[in-house]
Formats: sequence, C-alpha cells, structure tokens
Amino acid sequence: MISANLSAIFYLVSGVLFILALRGLSSPETSRQGNLFGILGMIIAVTVTFLSVGNFSSGFIFVLIFILIGGLIGAFIAYKIPMTAMPELVAGFHSLVGLAAVFVAISAFVNPEAFNLGVPGKIKLGSLIEMSIGAAVGAITFSGSVIAFLKLQGIMSGSPITFKGQHPLNAIILISIVVLIYLLCSTQSSNLFWLLLTVSFLIGFLLIIPIGGADMPVVISMLNSYSGWAAAGIGFTLENTALIITGALVGSSGAILSYIMCKGMNRSFFNVILGGFGATEDASSTKSKEQRPVKSGNADDAAFLMKNASSVIIVPGYGMAVAQAQHALREMVDTLKKNDIKVSYAIHPVAGRMPGHMNVLLAEANVPYDEVFELEEINNDFSNADVAFVIGANDVTNPVAKTDPQSPIYGMPVLDVEKCKSVLFVKRSLSPGYAGIDNDLFYKENTLMLFADAKKMTEEITKNL
Amino acid sequence: MEIDPLIFRLSIFILSIFVGYYVVWSVTPSLHTPLMSVTNAISSVIIVGAIIAGLAGNSQNIFNTSSIFGFLAIALAAINIFGGFLVTQRMLAMYKKKKKDKK
Repeated sequence: MISANLSAIFYLVSGVLFILALRGLSSPETSRQGNLFGILGMIIAVTVTFLSVGNFSSGFIFVLIFILIGGLIGAFIAYKIPMTAMPELVAGFHSLVGLAAVFVAISAFVNPEAFNLGVPGKIKLGSLIEMSIGAAVGAITFSGSVIAFLKLQGIMSGSPITFKGQHPLNAIILISIVVLIYLLCSTQSSNLFWLLLTVSFLIGFLLIIPIGGADMPVVISMLNSYSGWAAAGIGFTLENTALIITGALVGSSGAILSYIMCKGMNRSFFNVILGGFGATEDASSTKSKEQRPVKSGNADDAAFLMKNASSVIIVPGYGMAVAQAQHALREMVDTLKKNDIKVSYAIHPVAGRMPGHMNVLLAEANVPYDEVFELEEINNDFSNADVAFVIGANDVTNPVAKTDPQSPIYGMPVLDVEKCKSVLFVKRSLSPGYAGIDNDLFYKENTLMLFADAKKMTEEITKNL
Repeated sequence: MEIDPLIFRLSIFILSIFVGYYVVWSVTPSLHTPLMSVTNAISSVIIVGAIIAGLAGNSQNIFNTSSIFGFLAIALAAINIFGGFLVTQRMLAMYKKKKKDKK
C-alpha cells in the first residue's frame, strides 16, 4: 500500500509520459520512441493502482485474468487486422473506451465506497455530476462508434439515414439528458441513472445515422474526441490526474482532427454533424447529366503515356483502399523509377475514411514517407508534371470546386490535377463520387479514363511498361 | 478560506487541453492514423477506475454488481490498451525513409 500523495505523483508521471507519446508523433523517426513512452506510462498507471488499493485477495486474481483475456484479444486483433481496415478498427476501439467509461461509472454509482465517494444514495454532489457526465458521454461514444463501425464495415449502408423531425428530436433528447443529470443529482435515484444511460445510448445512435460514409473522417475524429471527454469525466470522479490529463489530451486531439477534416472539405462542423450530405444532391445531378464524350483507354495506352513522362504524380483515394491496390501501385512505381521517372504521391486531407488513412496504406506498401506529400506541399507541382495518375480518388480532384459556386463542393481545397499535361483516371465507371456530382475532369481533353478495377489495372500497366 | 481540490483538478484539466492543442498541431499529417490509435490506447488508462472497482469486492463476495462491471471494464480497456499500442507500433514500423542505395 502506498500513500495517496505518492500515487498521485506517479499518476502525474504517467500523464506526462502520455504527452510525450503524442509529442513523438511530430515525425516518423521519433514516433516509435513516443509509443514506448505511452506504454511505459500505462504500465506505471496500472502498477500504481494495484499498489494503492493494496488488496491482493481473491479479487486480484480475477483482475489479472480479465486483463489477460482483454490483452490477448487486443493483441490478436492488432496483429491480424489488415491496414485497409484501420478506420473500422479505430471506430471499434472508440466504442470500447466509451463502454468502459460507462461500466466504470456504473461501478462507482453502485459501490461509491470503493472509490471514496460516499455511500449509495448519498454520493458527493460533485462526484455525481462528474460521474453522470462521464457516463453520458461514454454512452454516446459507444453507440455512435458502433454505428460508425457498422457503416465503415459495410454491414450498414453508408448512405445517410434521414427522417422528418430528426433534428428537433435530437435536440429534445439532448436537452432531456441535461435535465436528467440535474434531476439525478438532486434525487440520487438509481432509476434516473439507468434512464440517463439509455437515453445517451439512443442519442449516440441517432446522431451518427444521418452522416454519410465519406464524412466518416470527421465522425471518427469526433468520436475520438468524445472518448477523451468521457475519460476526463471519469478522471474527475476518481480524482485521478493521469485520467484527467489523458482525457484532455485525447479530447483536444480529436477536436483538432475534426477541424482539419472539416477544413479539408470546406464545410462547417455543424454541416457535417447535421448530416444528410450527398443524399439530396443526388437527384438533381442525375437529371442535369448530359452525355458528354470521354476518352477511355487501356493499360497499354497508360503505360505508353507514363513511359514517355519524366515526372508522374500519383493521387490515391478511398478506391485504392477498397481494391487493396497499394502494393500493386508500389510495384508500378518501382518500374517507373527504374526508367528514371520521378514519382511522387499527393494526398488530400480527406482522402480515405480517416485522417492519414492513405499514408498508412502507402507506408504498408513500403512507399518511403518522404515521397508522399500533403495537398499544400505538392499542389504547385501539378503544372510541371507530365502525368497525374488518379487511383480511387474522385471528388478531391474535381475542378468544379474552384469554378462553380453552385456546386455543393465549391470552395473545397482540391488537388490541381487538371494542370498536368495528361491525366490518367482509374475508375470503375463514370458514376459520380460521394458528393453526388459529376467530375469535370472526366471530360477534359487531356484526360484518359481507365475503366477497370484499380488493382487489376495497375498490375496490367506494370506488365506493359 | 481553503481552495477546493476540485479547482486544482480543473486547472490540470484546462492546462492539459492547451498542452494537447499545441502537441497535436505539431503532429505531422501523415501520422494522423497512428495518432488516433495511440490516443485510443492511452484513453484506456480508464482501466485504473475499473481495477479499483474490481479489487473492491471482499473475499466472501467477489462478484457483486460493482465488481462485475469493473471486471468487464477491465477486459474492454485491456483490449484497447494492448490492441491500441501494438497496432500503433505495427503501423509506425512501416514508415520508412527513402533508401540511399537505390537501384
């Protein structure tokens, strides 16, 4: 058994180690060391908790058993998961943090003595407020992440689900959560506590269903942020510094990522959260679509174009992830490089289904990270490049965002792909992208459409090079 | 008059938000996915609360409502801790610089 003061200092140390873990991510070289700091911080926090409770009776064995069970499952998932499934994995993990927060809050509510919070029915007011906020946010994180997971996994349709009166209903539920917390704190009734949890689960579900598949980068970041605030809420209840620091870090991290993602789409946070994007525009765009001529080619044409180029820029998107084409792409690039062609990759901030999704996939395919560039870094280079190879991206290359103020994506930062001497566009069909609008790039003079599966097409091009 | 300890915790909280703000802005965009998985792992430090709940049961009655929820939360958080850190490690190991000796 160690003193409360000593354990508080150790919790502070682990909080600092967590800060260093995030700090390490400022560059790939320091990131691996950062992760080790994070692991160390976690070991310290867990060890100190055991020592401060100091109860090594029969419960201790069960705690170890459950850590072991969870740890094995976690390790198994971590080694098995394909990199393309990373968005689903992260959404799934968020739901677990949320649910764990809810469970801890329930434990504390049922048995407040264990946490020094008073006795059942007479829990300290401050603790009860913190606990109920933590539980509510945790529940929202859980059900929201489950929906996000189902949408990403394709079990649930990625298209937005909207119905009449959705927003007023959500508003009423959110207000009722606040009212319930107030009532709970004044009556200490356990029924109200369960009701609060139920309603919070419900709102998490309702908040995410109207948001479409390609807005998932924002949703995942937002849920990341929520899981942090939930942890912080529980941290206040348990008076635990490590948890408070971590909660704040994670909360602000998720909020910043959401902001970056929204900026990448030139949409306000509320526009994304209120949802329904892409569903309404669909109808109008199909009506106005006239048949315009496109040039389509085969792998041979593409190989010819690239062989005669001196620089090629690759623009990957979610379609590359779906087709698992990153390895085939790297092989194609290797062949190009052997012919002394300069190749670089251009990544749009919202390419893929989560922040940094494309970077991880390219890293998996052994693409060196110093060949991969962000939008601002590379956008000026398109005018000097000979070929742009767009694989699985669509809306993020649409020049309409710069020219047509009527377009739903107007003002969104896009990659200036059309400035290249020629554009190769690997796509299955001419169907519009997520925003439901036609891409002008398809019909440009210098665009060659390659209608095929991304992986097959890349492999064929490699053969023809 | 004495200051409520809550105020100190609130100060830590607010300052940590600022620390988080500046630290996260300095994260390079190409590492945003590992950032999410590692924040996932560290937010599972909520396991400390679950451990307290799990250890609270006395020897006659290990499985009361509180400790059962504690045990479940331990398992969930442990999935996240191990899964989160390991998958981050796996991803970070893939980020390589251009090899000097090309050809």
